Amino acid sequence: MSDTPNIGFVRHEPIPPSAPPIQQAGMVKWMRENLFSNWINSILTILSIYFVVKIILASTPWMWNGVWTTSSLRECREVLQGTSGACWSVLAERWNQMLFGFKYPVEAYWRPTLAFVFLLVCIAPILFQKLPRNMLIFSAIYPFLAFWLIWGGTVLTPVVVAVSLIVGYLAFVKIERLTGFAAGVLSGVVAVALVLYLGSFVTAALPEFIALEPVASRDMGGFVTAALPEFIALEPVASRDMGGFMLNLILGTVCVSLSIPLGIVLALGRQSNMPIIKGICVVFIEFIRGVPLITLLFVANVVLSYFFPPGTNLDLILRVIIMITLFSAAYIAEVIRGGLAALPRGQYEAADSLGLDYPQAMRLIILPQALKISIPGIVNVAVGLFKDTTLVSVISMFDLVGMIRGPISSSTAWTGIYWELYLLAILLFFVVCYGISQYSQWLERQLRTDHH
Amino acid sequence: MSEAQMKVSDEIAISIENMNKWYGTFHVLRDINLDVQRGERIVICGPSGSGKSTLIRCINALEEHQQGSITVDGTLLSSDVKNIDKVRSEVGMCFQHFNLFPHLTILENCTLAPIWVRKIPKKEAEETAMHFLEKVKIPEQADKYPGQLSGGQQQRVAIARSLCMKPRIMLFDEPTSALDPEMIKEVLDTMIELAEDGMTMLCVTHEMGFARQVANRVIFMDAGQIVEQNEPEEFFNNPQSDRTKLFLSQILGH
Repeated sequence: MSDTPNIGFVRHEPIPPSAPPIQQAGMVKWMRENLFSNWINSILTILSIYFVVKIILASTPWMWNGVWTTSSLRECREVLQGTSGACWSVLAERWNQMLFGFKYPVEAYWRPTLAFVFLLVCIAPILFQKLPRNMLIFSAIYPFLAFWLIWGGTVLTPVVVAVSLIVGYLAFVKIERLTGFAAGVLSGVVAVALVLYLGSFVTAALPEFIALEPVASRDMGGFVTAALPEFIALEPVASRDMGGFMLNLILGTVCVSLSIPLGIVLALGRQSNMPIIKGICVVFIEFIRGVPLITLLFVANVVLSYFFPPGTNLDLILRVIIMITLFSAAYIAEVIRGGLAALPRGQYEAADSLGLDYPQAMRLIILPQALKISIPGIVNVAVGLFKDTTLVSVISMFDLVGMIRGPISSSTAWTGIYWELYLLAILLFFVVCYGISQYSQWLERQLRTDHH
Repeated sequence: MSEAQMKVSDEIAISIENMNKWYGTFHVLRDINLDVQRGERIVICGPSGSGKSTLIRCINALEEHQQGSITVDGTLLSSDVKNIDKVRSEVGMCFQHFNLFPHLTILENCTLAPIWVRKIPKKEAEETAMHFLEKVKIPEQADKYPGQLSGGQQQRVAIARSLCMKPRIMLFDEPTSALDPEMIKEVLDTMIELAEDGMTMLCVTHEMGFARQVANRVIFMDAGQIVEQNEPEEFFNNPQSDRTKLFLSQILGH
């Protein structure tokens, strides 16, 4: 026992904090750690470098020697004289068709272009919270402005729709305060329908798009509308004349922005205690998810008109938008349901115990957190949806891929040309999708509140 | 603490009569009868699974009861959502795991319910919130997020958040069970201060020191029933039932 050391210890001076050891930096160290850490990795690194170099060496001359100024594939081949080279002239000659489709009037190209520029302005304040909030007013106006720019016709059509939505919203606010959320929504919907119906007498262009009993409205409101279709009108462009990458962008943006709110409603409905609402949502989601999108598009193209009263004629783009929106809403609903399930029970209880009612608890507490968890999944669906818009080429709509497969490839001048056209398609889609994915990662970093 | 500060009025704040609750076929709460006077501070203790948390969660309808009646501040709790919301906005609750809203700052956590439920202007709600954050001694954390605070601080924010609704009754569901020993004291101090202000309180807790100091009634529950209730001195020094004696020997015996 005598050799037990004295274990008593008292620290009188605290140890001051000191700087961490300097990281061993340098290119050589990084390469040794990441590329050549053992012999298998070294072999893999060398092989990868070999293939990358090989691909670059093979493709660069092809791109670099490309011809830009000929007017057909045959001329390209003559110029190239058998050497490797791309025939970029197809892009130089047909870029406008790839972007706008082959029937959109050339002198009106400025309209979709302007709409695209405005689109960037419109989504900026939605994507970046730090921008001035009153920019959102423009975002609210944008859908109607873009519709007018792209489709043309009298400005009254989008104005009537906008007015109906405003009236509907006001009705919702008023009634919600008096009786409650559900009655508010119902009266809002009724108000929208009412104004749309009245509006269809004022503008004759509206019945052509949504076809609210066209004959009746033209008879009853004919004397008013006779002059009005020309009221601040742009040259109208029919939906079947839309095409090219513009069509992909229209379908992509409209469907994404419609399917997220619909997906939220479906996800909440699936969690509902009310058996009928829950049942409808479950059946809808499971049915839509069990069906390929392409069949839904065929339904939109051919079958859907049987479900509407005779005489109604829904625009093809509108039908396709409805189908793609329903399709992706079902997926988004499941993604959001995952986010809702991931929230601890205590968040619901805390919201309840403070006296918040169901819509308030959802809007203020549950959804902000659930959506934050769901961002990667929602973006996944959004990117997939945007690329799936190329499927409309199968129901003979001429989107970017439809243009390449159809009018451009089958024209006598350019038949047999593939690489150059599809490379442009790849590039356009990649830029948009990569942008979306980068934004979502940035947003996730912004929304982190656990430790700064 | 002088008795004058802690006077109990004759007015009934909560009245529970012959209340029964089942989870499926499991009978969790059996024939509960309990009257709480305004200003009374009640500590509920008992072994785990005895139904004490379920009991106070029934009081603000986080759990539904199947038989009997619960009347809070004159409002009968039924399946009527209007009544439930009315009771909830009068009854504050603190949870074992705080349940702060992680996506909102401390200040926003405190102002949210007053602004949306009470319809109080934002400015006024923020002033009230700062007042109560000062009361729980963390006004300097107002702009931080819950994830950046220690457990004790989070629980004090949770208390302040409830107080911002100016409740007439406060429920505490094991408020210190998830905390480190050093943080338990700061939360208990806040609760003692609240008791001194005359708040009607029901606390599920195993902090027997707190019970002795603050409570004017201790209730012991086992197997979903109220086994014994008494004034703290009598309860701790002279327990009547064998089950209470066993429980007290186990939690006070070390």
